[in-house]
Amino acid sequence: MKTIEEINKKIKEGSVCVVTASEMKEIIDEVGYKKASEEVDVVTTGTFGAMCSSGVFMNFGHSDPPIKMQKVWLNDVEAYTGIAAVDAYLGATQLSETQGFEYGGAHVIEDLVKGKEVTLRAISYGTDCYPRKEIITEISLEDLNQAIMVNPRNATQIYRAATNSSNQILRTYMGTLLPNFGNVTFSGVGEISPLVNDPEYRTIGLGTRIFLCGGVGYIIGEGTQHYPPYATLMIKGDLKKMSSDFMRAATMPGYGVTLFVGIGIPIPILDVNIAKATGIRDKDIMVEIVDFGVPRRDRPVIKKVRYAELKSGKVEINEEEVRVSPLSSEYMAKKTMRTLKRMIERGEFYLTEPIERLPVKSVLKPMRQREIIVVKTVMSKDVITIFPETPVEEASRILIEKEINHIPVVDENNRLIGIVTSWDVAKAVAMGKIGKVSDIMTRHVITVFPDEPVDVAARRMEMHNISALPVIDSKRKVLGIITSEDLSRLLAKKGAR
Amino acid sequence: MFELKLDPKSAKEPIISKIAIEKNVLINIVKASIGPREGEMIIEVNDEKADEIFETFKRYGVKIVKLERVLVRDDEKCVHCGACVSICPTEVFRFNEEKKIDVDITKCLHCGVCVEVCPFGALSLK
Repeated sequence: MKTIEEINKKIKEGSVCVVTASEMKEIIDEVGYKKASEEVDVVTTGTFGAMCSSGVFMNFGHSDPPIKMQKVWLNDVEAYTGIAAVDAYLGATQLSETQGFEYGGAHVIEDLVKGKEVTLRAISYGTDCYPRKEIITEISLEDLNQAIMVNPRNATQIYRAATNSSNQILRTYMGTLLPNFGNVTFSGVGEISPLVNDPEYRTIGLGTRIFLCGGVGYIIGEGTQHYPPYATLMIKGDLKKMSSDFMRAATMPGYGVTLFVGIGIPIPILDVNIAKATGIRDKDIMVEIVDFGVPRRDRPVIKKVRYAELKSGKVEINEEEVRVSPLSSEYMAKKTMRTLKRMIERGEFYLTEPIERLPVKSVLKPMRQREIIVVKTVMSKDVITIFPETPVEEASRILIEKEINHIPVVDENNRLIGIVTSWDVAKAVAMGKIGKVSDIMTRHVITVFPDEPVDVAARRMEMHNISALPVIDSKRKVLGIITSEDLSRLLAKKGAR
Repeated sequence: MFELKLDPKSAKEPIISKIAIEKNVLINIVKASIGPREGEMIIEVNDEKADEIFETFKRYGVKIVKLERVLVRDDEKCVHCGACVSICPTEVFRFNEEKKIDVDITKCLHCGVCVEVCPFGALSLK
């Protein structure tokens, strides 16, 4: 049994024994965790990955004449200023209004840390005490009174891996996912990750001093969506003391901007159980691979694997080998824990006792929604279908008479085999190809199921640049059709309410 | 590695097979997009026969350009995350012992997929 006070005394005397999480696992393998707990005082852990829930509180100082900022932009990236006159919070994922995905809040943060100047633009309505209505100026990090990084959710204990069952490439916050289970991506660094090494949160809690992006930071409580064993941390640190070596702005292609944050957390080895927990290996950590091909909140779990399998670069899905990409940098995470180790050894970093532990139990609620509108409530049920042998002239007559633009083509069992549109018919007439419907129909039909939300149907039409989707059941029987007109009617109704 | 531009005449002919048979050479099609009136292809042939094949395509009236673009990594920008690893069709990127990513340029097909997926803009074809 040791206390944090005793460990800090050893740090001061220069006799402290600090090892990285990787080294600790080898020591435990060699001498057992009992002996390891006596010899080792501190284990340093680390992680370096995309942490969208990050940002910086800033105070710009007052201009003359002063302004109460109503809206403020830094390099065209808007920061939230619904607080005091010249205070603002710049979120990492906010996009530039001029450069889109190429530049965002994270890039502004990185530029400031690198010592670059950024352009500040603010507008206001003007008051007796703050008469100024607009300001444009250049600022750098040293011009700010405070720049305090406050990240509402970082260092998630375990993060679910991603794959894609659909037949399209997906651009997600989990990176680019290739079609038909073309790859798997995962975030997090497994056995060296902070919370994984203290799964009961005995030493990591409110007030724990940490290494944050090259500087010193603190845990200020559990993070948003804290849901053990998917625990998260809320943290703060002084941006002015940080280094761009341990943070990096990034763009997830087709998704948006995020910030890669480097966090190192020391775990004081106070007793045998804490030591034992730090022995955890990648083969002991289970991760779910979820399917991003299903654009719903509750994505199906395709498989449970061990971190060791993910890190091997290949996993098996449906008896096929699928290649795996990490999205966090294990190299940087290890550099982070080595750096923290050196800081403690040199007496530059002392440990703190958490004044409150993270909750070990918590619930994760879905959003309370007014309603989820699904396709079957909006679709036209009295859909008109035709057989492939029908002459094109007959199809054109139906299109005109019924004032529709799409006719699903079905076999004798009402199973969908194609679709013919007014455009197909017009094209056939123009080219003098007036034969059977089967000659001109589209065979690869984009469809929707009756229980899918209308938003999914709308996105699918947009992606394929089409204006209707036949609604089918699992046996491809046609149940109805949903068109862009149905969706606009729905929007009009919503607006009227 | 060559880039071919096919015109209406050559786009209709099985030109790759013709030259492969005539010159007894293996032609690897890396990328192809053939329309009714024109087409573009990127092919790869053995270095020894490269010049000969180049001349043959010219003789058949195909516009042919030698591709000398190389994949370049900006080491200042790369953090060795690995987003590129599972995307590359030819496994150019591999983690080494130190968990840094090694780039095996000899396997690269210049498809550019990795350039698009790198979160840090660290990769480019130059």
